[in-house]
Amino acid sequence: MSSAVELADLRHATDVQKLKERIREIRRSILEMTSIRGLHLGSSLSCLEIIATLYFLKMRHSPHRPRWKDRDRFILSKGHAAPALYAVLAEAGYFPKEELRTLKSIGSRLQGHPDLRTPGVDAPSGSLGQGLSIGIGMALAARMRGSRSRVYVLAGDGECDEGQVWEAMMTAAHLRLGNLVLIIDRNGWQLDDRTEEVKRKVPLRGKLESFGWVTYSINGHDIEKIIEVLDSAEKSELPVAIIAHTKKGNGVSFLEGTNKGHKLKLSEEEYLAALKELEAKPVCE
Amino acid sequence: MRVAFGEAILRLGEEAEDMVVLTADVAKPTQVAAFGERYPHRFLNVGISEQDMVDIAAGLALSEKIPVAVAFAPFMMRAWEQVRSTISRCNLNVKLVGTHSGLSASDEGSSHQSLEDVALARVLPNMTVIVPGDREEVKEATEAAVKSPGPVYMRIGRDEDVKFLDEPFRIGRAVVLRDGSDVAVISNGAITAEALAAAEGARVDAMVIHVPTVKPLDAQAVVSAARKTGAVVCVEEHSTIGGLGSAVSELLSSEYPVRVRRMGVNDTFGESGTYRELLEKHGLSAPHIRRRMEEAAEKRDR
Repeated sequence: MSSAVELADLRHATDVQKLKERIREIRRSILEMTSIRGLHLGSSLSCLEIIATLYFLKMRHSPHRPRWKDRDRFILSKGHAAPALYAVLAEAGYFPKEELRTLKSIGSRLQGHPDLRTPGVDAPSGSLGQGLSIGIGMALAARMRGSRSRVYVLAGDGECDEGQVWEAMMTAAHLRLGNLVLIIDRNGWQLDDRTEEVKRKVPLRGKLESFGWVTYSINGHDIEKIIEVLDSAEKSELPVAIIAHTKKGNGVSFLEGTNKGHKLKLSEEEYLAALKELEAKPVCE
Repeated sequence: MRVAFGEAILRLGEEAEDMVVLTADVAKPTQVAAFGERYPHRFLNVGISEQDMVDIAAGLALSEKIPVAVAFAPFMMRAWEQVRSTISRCNLNVKLVGTHSGLSASDEGSSHQSLEDVALARVLPNMTVIVPGDREEVKEATEAAVKSPGPVYMRIGRDEDVKFLDEPFRIGRAVVLRDGSDVAVISNGAITAEALAAAEGARVDAMVIHVPTVKPLDAQAVVSAARKTGAVVCVEEHSTIGGLGSAVSELLSSEYPVRVRRMGVNDTFGESGTYRELLEKHGLSAPHIRRRMEEAAEKRDR
């Protein structure tokens, strides 16, 4: 009995280690894209671990059958973090990694904000505040057809300014959608300033709980914690919200925790410095 | 009109198993409550939140359902940006139905009258825009919308109860209801009944064409009417900016330029009153239309 548990633990540890290596690869891809074109680097890096953990260790999906009906679905409601999603989808095998270099170019399948022309993208976004409602529709469709399919929505903390988010919060709780998970990338910044300066969000957890959601608060860069909380969410009969505390620009020290990287193109010098920092960091810290 | 819509939705529920009906706390006045009672698992009342409703519909469509989202036309406009960014942009199979459209909410006043919705829907790529004319056409158009892929906006009135069509509805097809050679009256919605009444007994020989699909417009029917008569009058329960009259003008200006007179609500808001009073005030009753068609015929381009 104990040996079986140990074996599972070992497999889990190997999975996490492998994921960390993949995230390093993906981070490299994102930096490379940012050296070619201006993009929302800061908010792509704050949610990278969340998206990667979902696609590589949690969601049931198949790059060979992107339209499989019973797949789990992911909605990047904060559509400006598209580079992180694209890099993860390429790493998962939805399209060739070389295509990442075409991001935002004319004729590319990788648009500035997600739409359905990209293989693996489950929902369009870009206009903030809509992803949770779309997720409700998908979660309802799964319930109607008796599918095990689960729906994950990733929203920004600034995005919670949108009234529609709270309309959807009420709807999902009312419908008791236990197959719906909302993750809020709580990086503390929005376009103009710190989130609490532009419009106060705190107490965010209190708000979510009062709307009837089972709510967790975690470090959004801690893969073990992300897995743990996503596992718990699977047992819930109510919709689950996860406030993932993150750093904007995580992993690039000259951006970390600032708003400099909201949208930028890395100079040659910055790109090399960021790469160097990435290489220097041990994968298992 | 809305009663016919409710009947059509209920009947379609039997055969279209993937159809899901959504509404925003207006199940009773939009007549979809009966569907909700018969098919509770395919019905969702999201409460007073049109934006949420429209994107939930998008999510259902992304999961291969056929959502029909129903609200009062003026408040469906509140979710226009959701329709643009999510539904129309990705050509999603969502049907949007705005009831109480045009001046039909009459006594409720200008907040509840929708004179801009056709313009807003028509400007969106991928969108089909339908303004059915009579009871039967409301039913047929509802069925056609549900059975054809892609986004559709359909607007229907509240209580007008007219019947003037024999030909079955087909998306994109205009119907010549009355042939004539002096002037062509092009209209849609229940107001076509007024246009027909105006043509009867007019001093001129008027053609009356009912154009229930504003987009895609039946270009051939419109151009050939202009060619035959040389004078066009458009009538609709909508702003004179952006609706059927604009669509016809845009087409004819390049394909067969003749003078087009646009009758509708002339760049203003409505007010409370009875439906008849409002039609009268905005010059949309049969006598007004008759006067305009006679004028148009006399001053025509050939």
